[in-house]
Amino acid sequence: MTSDSISVAQPARAAQPAPVGSAQNTLLAGFLFSLVTVGLAVYACYLTIIVAETGIWTLVLGAATGIVVLLAIGTFVPLIRGVKQQARSTRAAANGDVVEARTYRSRAAHSAWVALGSCLPIVFIAVFTLFLLANDHAVQTTFFDASFMAKSVRDVTIAFGENIKIALLAEILVLGWALFIALARLMPTDAGRPIRWLATAYVDVFRAIPSIIVIYLVGFGLPLAGVPLLSDLGPTWSAVLALTLTYGAYVAEVYRAGIEGIHWSQVSAARSLGLSYGKTMRFVIVPQAVRKVTPPLLNDFIGLQKDTALVTVIGTVDAFTQAKIYSSNYFNLSSVTVVAILFIIITIPQTRFVDRLLARDARRQMSKG
Amino acid sequence: MAFLELNDVEKSYGENPVLRGVTLHIEKHQVVCLIGASGCGKSTLLRCVNALEEIQGGDIRLDGDVVSGEGIDVNALRRKVGIVFQSFNLFPHMSVLNNVTLSPIRVLGRSRADAEAQARTLLKRVGLEEKASAFPDQLSGGQQQRVAIIRALAMNPEVLLLDEITSALDPELVAEVLNIVRDLAEDGLTIIMATHEMSFAQEVADQIVFLHEGVVLEQGTPKEIFGAPTHERTQVFLKKIVAAGRL
Ligand SMILES: Nc1ncnc2c1ncn2[C@@H]1O[C@H](COP(=O)(O)OP(=O)(O)OP(=O)(O)O)[C@@H](O)[C@H]1O
Ligand SMILES: [Mg+2]
Repeated sequence: MTSDSISVAQPARAAQPAPVGSAQNTLLAGFLFSLVTVGLAVYACYLTIIVAETGIWTLVLGAATGIVVLLAIGTFVPLIRGVKQQARSTRAAANGDVVEARTYRSRAAHSAWVALGSCLPIVFIAVFTLFLLANDHAVQTTFFDASFMAKSVRDVTIAFGENIKIALLAEILVLGWALFIALARLMPTDAGRPIRWLATAYVDVFRAIPSIIVIYLVGFGLPLAGVPLLSDLGPTWSAVLALTLTYGAYVAEVYRAGIEGIHWSQVSAARSLGLSYGKTMRFVIVPQAVRKVTPPLLNDFIGLQKDTALVTVIGTVDAFTQAKIYSSNYFNLSSVTVVAILFIIITIPQTRFVDRLLARDARRQMSKG
Repeated sequence: MAFLELNDVEKSYGENPVLRGVTLHIEKHQVVCLIGASGCGKSTLLRCVNALEEIQGGDIRLDGDVVSGEGIDVNALRRKVGIVFQSFNLFPHMSVLNNVTLSPIRVLGRSRADAEAQARTLLKRVGLEEKASAFPDQLSGGQQQRVAIIRALAMNPEVLLLDEITSALDPELVAEVLNIVRDLAEDGLTIIMATHEMSFAQEVADQIVFLHEGVVLEQGTPKEIFGAPTHERTQVFLKKIVAAGRL
């Protein structure tokens, strides 16, 4: 900084040609890429409009690709700004104003990168549209047949209630069960050793078995074995039990990591106040651990929610089962796409929420130094 | 028979002996300062008195009862013996008020209203009555240590152990914490305090105990220890302290 401003102040140096021009290549690349983008967008738009018989999808896709074309043309806005900035930089360099030349060269390069960055998603959308239109709309009609989606959406959504019910019940059970297992794994003293072993064995086993197998074994095995009480669970509760067993093992490890992450001096402080081991855990350690592990715990819950689709193997009528009934009747997978969309709708808010929690924790860490 | 007695207490971590026969008799209402080089076992000694560590030899007696070894009721002991550490004392997920009332409510079984009234009185005493609903990370280090002290006091202990409670503090915060200790000493609480604050020890202590490599090497009034230490090790240690500008 200082040495540069000194060199500006020296007229002898200012006469030398300043190093400018590196933004030109970026701008050129930006122009080429923007042209390709516009080309792709126009092609996708053209295909959409001419190929199909008019229907709701033609309208929607036509409008969508129209917007994509506009957006593609829009990438020229930052490019033109970049060219102007580059021109200004060149002028400034000619006048010997190194600082201004450098400033505008950097701004021009930035504008070019903005254009390049904006092109990427547009290209992606255009290519995806072309993929949908491939093979005379075969992809679109197989996965996104609008009328068929509309026909199945009601039943599939109602059946999705079953997924939500299973997920919520399993999550509530997992919260308690996993904490119980985690505390068992952390039992102190010799007397606790057999309990520690038992809990460790449980965690090892259920983290090893794929959840689809646990669901299958619980759902079909228990009724087959005629175990009293357990055999009358019915498919919903079998699924809840199976998912609780599987995710209980995962979440127990999350809890354990959280508890072990609390500084040991917190235990000393609590014990020195006369709190028993149990009360120390209950009032001091576990509440702090739970706060810490909320993000990884929610991640496991998102996994659990998605695994509710596996209950289709034991004949529970969930969204996926319902969608498969539709799709096999009509030889079309669009009803399954509806299921996928439903999962996306419930999952994305949760992942954003986890991101927020993590960002908040990171800020806290920062402010503590 | 003294109020608190340590008789030939031995403690080792694995193969590493830390306390090698510590004998120490402390009368009620006395203030005893433990001094000694880093690693000589001051913290270990205090943790043993509070039964946070098991001892391997000797015994500890409080008011005549043996309070060390297998089968003692550690929670009952800790109701009588409070301890404050150098740092990480407070529970970060609880307000100041809840930090102070947790064990009176959960251990002594007192009513919440009762415990909160007592906590507020104590907070007032250390000038923190407005901080009752603050969380520990909103307090300065000195304020946190003051809360830690009254949290221990809320259990009405007969003995208070203080383990270098000012060494993690910025110099300007040390005085506000030591003033409280001075107050408590004047009120007649029995206090054992590991410290590097020699001038404070000189002023407040009834007895100074110099610990060296796990044994009590020398013990006496501040006048005796600081004025005319008999043992060569004590002289060397105090010389270093003076050189460091701490006396
Ligand atoms: N949990 C532990 N496990 C193993 N060794 C330990 C443990 N705690 C302390 N020690 C060892 O015991 C010795 C005495 O430690 P202690 O903390 O009592 O010293 P101190 O006198 O309090 O020192 P300082 O003035 O630095 O606080 C040290 O050598 C230390 O390494
Ligand atoms: Mg120490």
